[in-house]
This record gives sequence, C-alpha cells and structure tokens, in this order.
Amino acid sequence: MVTSNFEYFAPTSVDEATSLLSKYRGEAKVLAGGHSLIPMMKLRLAEPGILVDIGQIEGLSYVRKEEDGVAIGSMTTYREMATSSVIQSNYPLLADASARVADLQVRNRGTIGGSLAHSDPAGDIPAVVLAIGGSVVARTRRSKREINIDRFQVDLLTTALRDNEIITEIKLPGLASGTGTAYSKFHQPASHYAITGVAAVITISGETCTDARIAVTGAGDKATRARRTERILKGKELTPPVIRRAASRAAAEIGDALNEDIHASAEYREHLTRIHAGYAIDQAVAAAG
Amino acid sequence: MAVATFGESVKRTEDPRLITGRGKYVDDVRLTGMAHLAFVRSTYGHANIKSIKTSAARNAPGVIAVFTGADLQEELGGLPVGWMLPDLKQPPHPPLAYETVRYLGDAVAVIVADSAYQANDAVELVEVDYEVLPAVVNGEEATKDGAPQLHEEAPNNIGFDWEVGGGDYAEAIKDPDVIVVKERIVNQRLIPNSMETRGVVADYDVGKGNITLYTSTQIPHLVKLLFSLVTGWPEQKVRVIAPDVGGGFGSKLYLYAEEVVAGIVARQVKRPVKWIESRSEAYVSTAHGRDHICDAEIAGKKDGEIIGIKVDLYANLGAYLSTFAPLIPTYLFGLMLGGVYKMPNIDCKVHGVFTNTTPVDAYRGAGRPEAAYLVERMVSRFAQEIGRDPIVVRRKNMLQAHKNGREVTTGVMYDSGDYKGNLNKALEIFDYKQFRADQRAARRDGKLLGVGIATYIEICGMAPSAVASSLGAGAGLWESSNVRVHPTGKATIYIGTSPHGQGHETTMAQLVSSELGIPIEDIEVLHGDTDQGQFGTGTFGSRSLAVGGAALFNSLQKVKAKTHRLASHLLEADPKFVTFSNGTFAVEDIADKTLTIQEVAGQAYAAANLPDGMEPGLEEVSFFDPQNFAWPNGTHICVVEIEQDTGKVEVQRYVAVDDFGNVLNPMIVDGMTHGGVAQGIGQALSEQAVYTDDGQLLSGSLMDYALPSADMFPMMELDRTVSPSPSNPIGVKGAGEAGTIAASPAVMNAVVDALAHLGVKHMDMPATSEKVWRAIQDAKEAQRAARATARAAK
Repeated sequence: MVTSNFEYFAPTSVDEATSLLSKYRGEAKVLAGGHSLIPMMKLRLAEPGILVDIGQIEGLSYVRKEEDGVAIGSMTTYREMATSSVIQSNYPLLADASARVADLQVRNRGTIGGSLAHSDPAGDIPAVVLAIGGSVVARTRRSKREINIDRFQVDLLTTALRDNEIITEIKLPGLASGTGTAYSKFHQPASHYAITGVAAVITISGETCTDARIAVTGAGDKATRARRTERILKGKELTPPVIRRAASRAAAEIGDALNEDIHASAEYREHLTRIHAGYAIDQAVAAAG
Repeated sequence: MAVATFGESVKRTEDPRLITGRGKYVDDVRLTGMAHLAFVRSTYGHANIKSIKTSAARNAPGVIAVFTGADLQEELGGLPVGWMLPDLKQPPHPPLAYETVRYLGDAVAVIVADSAYQANDAVELVEVDYEVLPAVVNGEEATKDGAPQLHEEAPNNIGFDWEVGGGDYAEAIKDPDVIVVKERIVNQRLIPNSMETRGVVADYDVGKGNITLYTSTQIPHLVKLLFSLVTGWPEQKVRVIAPDVGGGFGSKLYLYAEEVVAGIVARQVKRPVKWIESRSEAYVSTAHGRDHICDAEIAGKKDGEIIGIKVDLYANLGAYLSTFAPLIPTYLFGLMLGGVYKMPNIDCKVHGVFTNTTPVDAYRGAGRPEAAYLVERMVSRFAQEIGRDPIVVRRKNMLQAHKNGREVTTGVMYDSGDYKGNLNKALEIFDYKQFRADQRAARRDGKLLGVGIATYIEICGMAPSAVASSLGAGAGLWESSNVRVHPTGKATIYIGTSPHGQGHETTMAQLVSSELGIPIEDIEVLHGDTDQGQFGTGTFGSRSLAVGGAALFNSLQKVKAKTHRLASHLLEADPKFVTFSNGTFAVEDIADKTLTIQEVAGQAYAAANLPDGMEPGLEEVSFFDPQNFAWPNGTHICVVEIEQDTGKVEVQRYVAVDDFGNVLNPMIVDGMTHGGVAQGIGQALSEQAVYTDDGQLLSGSLMDYALPSADMFPMMELDRTVSPSPSNPIGVKGAGEAGTIAASPAVMNAVVDALAHLGVKHMDMPATSEKVWRAIQDAKEAQRAARATARAAK
C-alpha cells in the first residue's frame, strides 16, 4: 500500500502550522496521530497534496485542571487520557473509552484532537465529549474561537472546523456533584470501532435525575445526542422501568439514518443501541449513587 | 545449549532473529538497479477488455515499461494445474488477462518503474475500457440454467463432477427403522492473512541467461519446476529462493501469476524487478479457502447407531483453477467423511464450480476442516434429533483402537489410533457431567451456556507418491535430506521443506542433535534455496516432519553407521562392543577408550586411517517416500456462553486432546495447536469473505474481514494421547492443521447446544452476534406461536 505524492511540513509552532494551512488552504491536511488519515492515504482514499504534521509542536499535549473544569491539549493521546488521574477522577467515561479504543499501538499515537477533527461516525471520543459537554478551541493564524461541542459534529466525517483551523484544546466543564458517567460499547469484530457506543453523564440529586446528557456513536453518520432519552430521564426517579423506557428511545434521533453494513443490519444496530443505552445509564446511575 | 533430545521443548532458535526484525524476507532483498512492479487489476467481477490505453502511464515519471496481457501473451503461457481429475475442465489461465477479466483483482497489465511509488502512481494512469458482463459468485447458482458463463470449456461453469463412496447408502436407508436427518451446511469462504504478504524479486543474469526468483512461497522447488514448465525456461537456469517466509496457511502453495510475470519482465527490461503485494491486493489476488455449499444427510437408528452419510457438494473454485484446487474439495474432503466412526455407508458427490471470485485453493487444513465440520455437525445434529447425548452417540459409533492400519469405508487406511481412549481422556479433563449440571443451573438463571464436542481425524504427512500419483498428483510427494558433518564435528543439513513459521530450524536441528549427540548450536539448517540442495516438495499438509523429518532421520542413520564403523576401527575394537550415546563412542567395559563424534568426523576428513574401502568425508543423503499417509486425530471440547441481549458468543473454555503420534518438540506442537484452534474459532465466530452479486468484495480489508483477536480466546487446555504412526521411522503424525480442523465444529456444536432448548438445530458459520441474536428472537417467536396455538386448541 503506497500513498500518492505529497509535500510534508513539520511546523514547530501553532503559528507556523496555521500559516501553512492558510497558505495551502484547501490543499493541506493536518496530520495529528495519523491513525485515521494515514490508512486512508495508503488506500489512496485520501490524497492530500500537502501534509502539515503538528506532532512536532510542543505544548499541545496536556491535561490541566482549571477552575471550572479540565482543559485537554489537542495532541493528548488516548493512552495519556486513559492513564491520567485527573481524567480518571473527573470523567471516568473518557478514561474508560480511551482505554478501549482499538489497540495499544493506536492508543499510543491517536489523539483527542485528531479523533474529533476526523469525526469518524463510529469513533468513541466524539460521543464521549458530546455527553460531557464543553467546547473545542480552534485557531487560525489570526483568530481563536471556541466551538460548542453540540455544534461541532456536522455530518459524516465533517465538523464545524474550517480548513485553515487547528484544534488546540478541548475544554470540558466540571461535573456537578452527584454525577455518574459511563460509556458502553459494542464493537465491530474486525475494526473494533463501535457498531454502537453510548455515553451517559447523569446527575442525581436526592432521588431525582436533575441532568442527563446521552450521546450515541456508531449507529448513524455522526455522534448524536439522544435528547428524547435525556428528556425521559430528567426530573424523574430513575427506576428500572424509567431507564428501560428511556433507553428504548436512544436511537430515535438517528431515525432512518441508521447505518447498515455486513456487520450489523439497521434493525440490529438499533436494538444494540437500546441495549447499550440501558447498560450505560445503569452504570452511570450506579456511579452517581 | 547442549545436546537436545527427542521430546524436549527446545526453544525456537530462529525466534531471536525473527522477533527482533533481523529476519530476511523478500522485501529485504535489494539488488543493484532493481526496478519495481505494480499491477493494474480488474475493478469488475466479470468484463471484456475492449481496450487498454497505456501511453499516459508509459510517459509518467520513472516508468520504464508497461506490459499488457496481450503484449506478453506468448512469453507468459498459462498457469498450470498440479492435480488431475477424470474429465477435469482446464480453461486457460493467463497470468495477465488479455480478453476477459473473470474476478475482481484479475491482473491486466504490469507497470515497471524505478520506484514502487512511481509504479503505483502510473497504475492510476492506465485506462482500461471494460464491457461489463453479468457475474455470478455463488457456487450453486453458477450451475443453474441461465447463469453467466465464465469459460467456453466449462458448460454451466462445472469444472468437474467427482464422487467417492463405500457401502450402499441408498440401500441402507430403505430399512424402515432408519431415521434420516437432512441439513444444508455452508462452509463460508475465508481469506488467508499471512503476516507477510506475498512478494517476489526476479534477478535476470543477462550474461548467463539465468533467472533467480526470490519468492515468499511454501514450495520453492515446485515453483522452480512449474516456472520452467510454463515459460520454457531451461530448468538448470532457474533458481528459486524462499528466504524467511512470514506465514502462508496454504496460500503460498501455488505458482502465482506474479512470479511468472516478474521473471519474464526482468528478462524484458534486463533489470532485477521487485513486487511486494499490498494487504489490499492480497485480499483479491491471493487464493481464498473453503466456500462449500452442501446438502448433507446422516442416517441412523434410534439407539444411536449411525449407518451412513450422504453429501452433495458445490465447491466454489473461483474464476480459474489454482495449482491444487481440484484436490482440496475431492480427496482431501470426500475421503474423510467417515471421521473416526465406522460409518459403513458413504455417498459423496462433489461439483467443482467456476465463479467470478478469487480462485479457491488449500487453506489451513484444506478439505479436512470442511469434512470434519460437516461430519461433526451432522453427528451432533443426529444425536439431537433422536434425543441422545452427543457423546453417547459418538462413542457408540467409534472405530476400535488399532496400531497398524485399518481400512475404512472410503478405502483409505488409517495408520494408528485409540479414538475412544482419546475421547475418554478429553472427557476426564473436561468433567462433562459437572458441566451439564452447571448448564442446567445457568439456564435457570437465564444464562445461555453450551458445550460442543468434536472429534476428528485428518490425512496428512502428504506423501505416498505412487498413491498420490494414481489419484492425480502432478509431482512426487517424497522428501530428501542431506547431512554434512564438517571436519570440526559441526553439521550443516539441507532439507527439502522450508518453514513459514513452523520452526524447522529448531526441530530439524533437534532431531540431528538427538541422533548424533552434536550440540544444537553446532547445527546449521539450510532450506528454501533450490541451488543448495536437491529437490523437495514443500511445506504443506503437516508433512515436514512426517516425510522430511523421516528423510533426515534416515540420513542420520547412515552417518551413524559410518561413524560407528570408523570409530570402531580407530578404537581397535569389534564394532559389536562399541556403543554410541550422547555423541561419544565407547568400548564396552573399557572406561578410557572413547572417541567423540567430533573426533571421528575429523578423522573422516583427515582420511589418514580409514577402514578398508571406506570413502573419506562425512556426508549422507536420503530420499524418503512413506507407504501411507499419517493420520492425526483427537477430541476437542468447547464451552461457550451467549449474551442473551446481544447474541454475542464468548468462548469460555477450550480443551484439546490430540493424538499426533510421537512428539519431537512439545512446545512447538502446543504453539501450532494454539494457532490452529485460534484460526478455527475465527472461522466459527467471525471470519467471512462477502461478495456482492456482481463480484465486488465487501470484506476487502482488515477493517471488515474479522480475523479473531487475542481477547476471543480462553487459556487453552491441551493434552495428548500417543499412537506412534507406523508410516514413518520416527512415529510422528503432524500437528500443523489439527487445531483448525477440530475447532470450528467444536465451537458451532457448542453454540447450537446453548440454544438447543429454544429449538435451534443448526446455524451456519460464522456465528456472528446478529445471527445468534436473530436465532434467539426467531426461537422465542416460534415458542410464543406454539403456546398461542396450544391455548387456542384448548
């Protein structure tokens, strides 16, 4: 498997990288960990003329506790997230999902920023970050903006990121006390991507669910909030019948856009999404208690 | 290290080299002036080539030449078939297609360029104008009236109709007490994934007219012979080298188009050329395995006595006949339909069918996994039908133990085995009674547990040349060895089989060490270079030790005889009183009269004091052709748990008790069993090649072709029984394929057992989560409907 010809840049600063993106706008592709882009290039499904490797830029790999949450540098690897005590204690589902992405080699190289920017319809991280909430910090040569995660995933392999922007940071909000989280995934046997993955972040006060963010990956063309499920959960005591009813609506937003392939029919995917929504909610509730 | 013994778990001496990246594979061959090849391959399953425009590619940077199939039609000839059957249709198989492409990946042109990048860039510049034709990918559909036709020579796409049998099945089932159970059994197509893909470097010596092919193959000597036959290149001017080879599983057991094209193109451009197969290419251009659609019947009586089996098989051959394609679904399948049972009546018909798919040939086990799967599935199916325990039914029908040959219904002679003894040992380890109690308890808790048992016997140690030849083999199946003990007492041996993961360098050296008492690190094992040794047939059919090892053993006996005579002469003792052990010759009862084999070897070369008539030097050659195949057998037991909610199958326990005859290196044999079982579990649970009706491959990469991964396996519990094979002087049978043969029926029997109480009787492989989930839904639905009917009746 041999890629087609491309020009390679390895900038050492964000300024230099964003300048290159502006200069070669439309032609250039950002290379982060390389575990999505390079396989596509080797299959010649992607043939970018210019590759801007941001792996040489220092200071993009960190997990930092902030006053109102946690900031994660865009080049932080799955492995770093899986083993970070800050992430383990603040967002157990992110640590858990990061530990279960693909295999160790991929986890050592693949990054949170790369995963979000690539927006694979079956990626784990987009759903997990969507359930946590927060924003993506994007920079161009001249500007910097924060994109709310709810508006970040736009379509299949498409995000709100412009082609002269680089993700530098992911800002996650602090979770209220009484919040439990979980990520439950059924993996495709060959690629180990999610046939369906459900991330749940649930806050319970007394006996009542005061907040719930549920996100689904793998089932449709992008990571999606299961808002109907959230609505059923919110304001209620989460008894098993309530959870069952909520979980049964987990694929409702995806509707007719359910994926179908040789590994799972749309019907089976929908079923798995409901089942794993139930698992994720159960676990999040248990963790909240 | 020291002198190794037979039966010792010597660590693999090749491993430090191979696992630290110091192996030398085809891609490590870099020659001065070497150019690179890339193939233009069909993007359709079936199409006529209207025209090929190559001018843009020819003018691309770095491109040296572009050849189409039409350009090289004369030079390339056609790829050969190495196994004949009566009335076998042999349509031409051009290495580069020139009129019609018949499967996705069929090569139509080759680019020669300075770099692999330039060659691959130029592939995209070749414009092939295709007239797309209707395609057929299913082996049964292809034989029906109106199906697209692949070859003029093969009406209805039938390459051969073949049958085998024994007894009289039709007559036997006329007995009114006989129950006949029918099932359609599909053995899905698999795609081999050796760690190293194929590759070839062709080095043409312009001055001498010689060609050297470095190729990733299991059969360097046969590649040399077949290359020479196909191209007309004089055999003495062809050298084939199989360097380190990273796996094959049967898929590197043929002469491939790319090997022939590389040789011819190297001569055309007068430069060495290299082609390394990409993984994507491997999915379409390297032979696939299995792909059977079969109507099966098993017949027996209420008490569990089985009276026969009937099989009508559509075996998908793919678009052309690969080298050994006619052998796999015929002899290697049909002869095995008795299993380890008396099975007095066998009726087997096989239709070999051409389809618009990658050619199908041997894949680990080759015919025997398909047979064992069918027999073991049907025996369990029969037991379920008559309401008896599958183990009781098996035991009732098993052959008696025998040590030296037992002819069975298909006419072949099993060598040795104690089938019931083997079964009993497996059951002891497993504790079957306890499991059934656990299973009942689990069902009460809503858990789905199942046990699957599979016995097997397989034909390996592929040899008796006369027998093989009478059945259609195009080459002898013996092996040879050459043992050279150097003046310092160190040794170099040459063997005709070469490893692609099996550990020959260790096991063969271990055999030398145990026989001659030379430390294992003093022994160099050469293989895979046709200029270094005489002919050898190759590594397949679990034959390297049973045939090649036996040839080596015989050479070692000659070395021992010569050194014994020379030592006796030097010790001035009657040979009768000279003993040899652990590398030392001694005279009985005289403590200080000894000579080491190293000292004797030195004297053989010094030649100063040889017995009358003895030639100097110490080198021996043997050729070995056994009288019978070797027949490993065994019992595998598997436990699965099925997740009710999702249908996901988890293998919880795996017990394998195999009879491999004598075992030279138990650690290596355990490793082969682990790998074989893993591959069998892969077929049972996840692997499948999926084509669309028009011949596109949906499972065309590792992203969609589900190889099993380590988290799918429990720790395997391995044990053995030992019935030495009378087929060779070291009593070994062969262990390379057994795990694969037994594992898929063991797993599938367990899956069906877990669902049997819901009314499930059979499921085709792979037992994917969705398939199992649907079976559970359907069974529950059927139960609900039955209850409703019952209520209505009341």
